[in-house]
Amino acid sequence: MTTQEFLISAPARGDRVLLGPPGPVPSAAGRFGEFGGRFVPETLIPALEELEAEFRTAWSSEPFRSEFAGLLESYAGRPTPVTECHRLSDRLGVRLLLKREDLTHTGSHKINNVLGQALLARRMGKQRVIAETGAGQHGVATATAAALFGLDCVVFMGAVDVERQALNVFRMELLGAKVVSVSSGSATLKDAINDALRDWVATVESTHYCIGSVVGPHPYPWIVREFQRVVGEEAREQSRVILGGNDPDVVVACVGGGSNAIGTFAGFLDTRSRLVGVEAGGLGLESGKHGAALARGVPGVLHGARSLYLQDEHGQILEAHSISAGLDYPGVGPEHAELAASGRAEYHIATDEEALSGLVLLSQMEGIVPALEPAHAIGWLAREVGKKVPLGSTVVVTLSGRGDKDAEQVAQRLGAELNK
Amino acid sequence: MNLEKELRAKRDAGRKLLVPYVTGGLGGRWTDVVRAVADAGADAIEVGIPFSDPVMDGATIQEASQRALEIGATPAGIISQLETIDVHVPLVVMTYYNPVAHAGHERFANALKASGVDGAIVPDLPLDELGDWAVAADAADIETVLLAAPNTTDERLAAICARSRGFVYGVALMGVTGERDHLTKQAGAMGARCKAATDRPVLLGVGISNASQAVEAASSADGVIVGSALVRRLLDGGGPDEAAAFVAELRAGLDQSIG
Repeated sequence: MTTQEFLISAPARGDRVLLGPPGPVPSAAGRFGEFGGRFVPETLIPALEELEAEFRTAWSSEPFRSEFAGLLESYAGRPTPVTECHRLSDRLGVRLLLKREDLTHTGSHKINNVLGQALLARRMGKQRVIAETGAGQHGVATATAAALFGLDCVVFMGAVDVERQALNVFRMELLGAKVVSVSSGSATLKDAINDALRDWVATVESTHYCIGSVVGPHPYPWIVREFQRVVGEEAREQSRVILGGNDPDVVVACVGGGSNAIGTFAGFLDTRSRLVGVEAGGLGLESGKHGAALARGVPGVLHGARSLYLQDEHGQILEAHSISAGLDYPGVGPEHAELAASGRAEYHIATDEEALSGLVLLSQMEGIVPALEPAHAIGWLAREVGKKVPLGSTVVVTLSGRGDKDAEQVAQRLGAELNK
Repeated sequence: MNLEKELRAKRDAGRKLLVPYVTGGLGGRWTDVVRAVADAGADAIEVGIPFSDPVMDGATIQEASQRALEIGATPAGIISQLETIDVHVPLVVMTYYNPVAHAGHERFANALKASGVDGAIVPDLPLDELGDWAVAADAADIETVLLAAPNTTDERLAAICARSRGFVYGVALMGVTGERDHLTKQAGAMGARCKAATDRPVLLGVGISNASQAVEAASSADGVIVGSALVRRLLDGGGPDEAAAFVAELRAGLDQSIG
């Protein structure tokens, strides 16, 4: 086939939002294998029990599911298309499809989860929502949903991230949210979660904590996965249309806490596709400056869940490093830890440099500027074709968000180079 | 020493119990602070083993933890220094679950026992997740103190009181540790509910900031835990003398309250 023939294929966009049946429920104690659980101060136990009961009822109720699906469709702009990357496919020697979460309202997959959680908050009669944010994408999404539902919204954000994501801070404030800059600890996502938890311990009776990733105490990793599984359900059906009824050989997504990856994987768990999560390699694993909890973490407990965390020999949590604020987290969701342990998914890394080159590659070959987070998935793929990814493979990459938020940071890193 | 036995005996003798909290590893003289506080009228002492991510703690104890970690405090180091503290009251460590799990349940419990520690408080290890730690702690004769919160249901409160060892830690407000201007109404209610649910000593903690608040809180319970107000004095440059003076003030208030 020539490139010309490729160009006439329109993006595959299903008729309607594909909300598949509910996925597997974790064990009663909220465990995925040995990971997960509910390691929180006693004050939060009643709220987590209430949330679990509410979600259990809501998620099997047709009215709730149709309201959620309706919001995803009319407000978030779902289904998002799957776009075939013809030029980049030719360049790399694979057949590359992108699941376009960057095209949702607010520009990342985070909107899927917050719309679901805002519905839950309303069901529970909670008038205030709090959230943590790293890159600002989840904060913006939460502020958006709060505006839509008329809820008060406070977003906790590490001081370092407030600096490097100034545009998103303004967006949240514009949407009516209050942004609290967190300067304790490493002043990044981990510390923002700490402060959100501290706020919640004091306000739990009137406040819903809208966690943005598949982390935290049970039932959050389960709830967030279920609200994100629409990404994978859609991607599976859309890619089958493009691939003549076949599933892709490889499915790739970036992993910080892991919500876009778990949502993507949820749609492909029962297929024969290889599932690949790409963690932040930062300055390289040997440098110690990275966010690769699956590659270098050890079992531990943070933010309410047993999972894999970067920590020192005394059990103190280490600061992560990544060029991308959204992957700058020293842990990973418990279900990913279990998928790694069972071998159903494999996890690799891409460094800051590889993410940057992935970002440039996709921008210049396809006219799509990805966020730095999914640029790790592109960078990994570009490195691994012919190695971990055989030539000629069909590959779906979830493009979890668009790159606008990173423009300034990327300009600082690459501006001079691009002008040469 | 047996924590619960000691506290029961003092309570039954009509005394209001006072348990000050000191961040382990905070400055070179922290063990002297523990000794001074013991001599100033503490009935047991809670020693914090700093953790990088203390979600149940407010600004004061966060800062103390961070400072201690920055100057090299480690769980093993603090536990071994505790061995050198020869005080006449029980010692209870307060830490988060990750350092415990990282060290290994049995190893951590045995190390505590070897250093003469009697109890442990792990605020992010609720009843439902107690499992393996409780087995190891019981085997090593380390009393695990459980926390109850103002929003804990009656049914759950009963289970917490039944499983707690040493005493029951009633959280006096909805929130994290730190000084407050006033005692909330929740404090009295928490004390009364815990007292109705158990015969074990009931101590209220979180937010109790001075002698008058201590007296007020202790009127509904068997005593109080005072942390941030003491640790702030240490962060502000105070040493054993300032710590002892503050604890003596709390002690005097509590003693006067029972006439």
